[in-house]
Amino acid sequence: MTNPRPVLFSLPYSKHDDYLYSIEDEVSIMTKKMQSLVCRECGKEYPTQDIHVCELCFGPLEVKYDYAAIKKEISRDKILAGPKSLWRYVDLLPVEGTNFIGKHAGFTPLVHAKNLGAFLGLDNLYIKNDCVNHPTLSFKDRVVAIALTRARELGFETVACASTGNLANSVSAHAASAGMKCYVFIPGDLEAAKVLGNLIYRPNVIEIEGNYDDVNRLCSEIAGERHWAFVNINIRPYYAEGSKTLAFETAEQLGWRAPDQVVVPMASGSLLTKIWKGLKEFEKVGILDAVPTKINGAQAEGCSPIATAFRNGRDFFKPVKPDTIAKSLAIGNPADGYYALKTAAESHGAMDAVTDDEIVESIKLLAQTEGIFAETAGGVTIGVLRKLAKQGLIRKDEVTVAYITGNGLKTQEAVVDSVGRPTRIQPSLKHFTQTFGIEEST
Amino acid sequence: MIKVRIPTPLRPMTGGKNEVEIAGNSVAEIIENLTSVHPGIKERICDEQGEVRRFINIYVNEEDIRFLTGKETPLKDGDEMSIIPAIAGGR
Repeated sequence: MTNPRPVLFSLPYSKHDDYLYSIEDEVSIMTKKMQSLVCRECGKEYPTQDIHVCELCFGPLEVKYDYAAIKKEISRDKILAGPKSLWRYVDLLPVEGTNFIGKHAGFTPLVHAKNLGAFLGLDNLYIKNDCVNHPTLSFKDRVVAIALTRARELGFETVACASTGNLANSVSAHAASAGMKCYVFIPGDLEAAKVLGNLIYRPNVIEIEGNYDDVNRLCSEIAGERHWAFVNINIRPYYAEGSKTLAFETAEQLGWRAPDQVVVPMASGSLLTKIWKGLKEFEKVGILDAVPTKINGAQAEGCSPIATAFRNGRDFFKPVKPDTIAKSLAIGNPADGYYALKTAAESHGAMDAVTDDEIVESIKLLAQTEGIFAETAGGVTIGVLRKLAKQGLIRKDEVTVAYITGNGLKTQEAVVDSVGRPTRIQPSLKHFTQTFGIEEST
Repeated sequence: MIKVRIPTPLRPMTGGKNEVEIAGNSVAEIIENLTSVHPGIKERICDEQGEVRRFINIYVNEEDIRFLTGKETPLKDGDEMSIIPAIAGGR
């Protein structure tokens, strides 16, 4: 399945990506802040290379940082003086240089959702709006910025991923801008905008006859055969760290405080664990005084292995075959499910799930109260937020942040039949008046 | 014979081979028979209780054995089995 790149885009990175402004001038980078990769299960350490599982116990590898050195370097003032992107938190990100890919990712709005809050009875509700992340309108622009930057540092020329759509869009766009070869693997039933959102960047798009778990299994096997940077497989220890920036930004935007409650959508469960990790890291290096945050997880009923395990009081999950409109969350065999359950328990958070109808209603509710059009994953988050508020698990006065991770224009199929049609009239004042009546004078 | 695909972390134990052919009538038998040819491999795949480790997924003909009958999943000549690290993915 070859797909030759057009000559126009074959220029090397350094000649066509630096014309806007240079982040390199704004960022000073610590050397050797990464000490090793360490197995979360048995503690065996490895060099900071392109490996993701422990060769002894198959546990996940995670970056081990020199927090004592980082604490001396990082400060609120240094962050405030940094670029208006996720790279302002570079001291806690797993890259070694400043030759960044994805220079404008992150730094999305934190919206005080007063209207939705009033509807739900929450006085301090905030929406972290990653619908408007750059360049592909989902939180995946964060993790991909880190993954591709690190992949290039490790010498890779080809990047790849297994994706339910948003990740593939982001990998495709960033690879195009960085002049890297790109292969994205997606399930065969994705929304049209998420398929188009790959093809436009001209990567190799491989559509698999199966669900995401089939895609993921295949990619795990391909990753063992090809020397490619699969961002969510062999580059996963670095890639996943990008999600921490959602926690860092939230704390900064709240005026250097951790929220009391967060509600996070769960697919693999990684995002939820990394938001917790990000807040705890800020505490560890002295940026935050305390982290009382309860971490709550949200899934769709049609694919809720993690939330089901939580509701049944288990610390392990049973894989499922996904059947939901929330395709971006349709991972039946979630890699970080075990750790997501641990995080909710440690932070005294909760987990719940919502039906497809509740997802659609919640997408509409967010749009009609806050003017934010979220994709199906956002409907899951808001749906579970509603449930938790109704059950009294989130109190009226608590500072609560709901993470909206993707843009509704990418999943139009989910709502197109439930939002009505435009009112169609002739181009005449008479027809307009006949339809809408005469405005009463005030 | 059953074709068994070996993940990168276990390849040092199979002489670098990414695929081996082994006889056996169930997943459990394959693990035992693999170990007789490649000593120590069972300890890497299974925990102290003999169960498949939390972070390993096993597939028979592309289906997760947890949707079949686990380690007792029967195998017949020509079937394919994959041993794959569970840690991968994320949308």
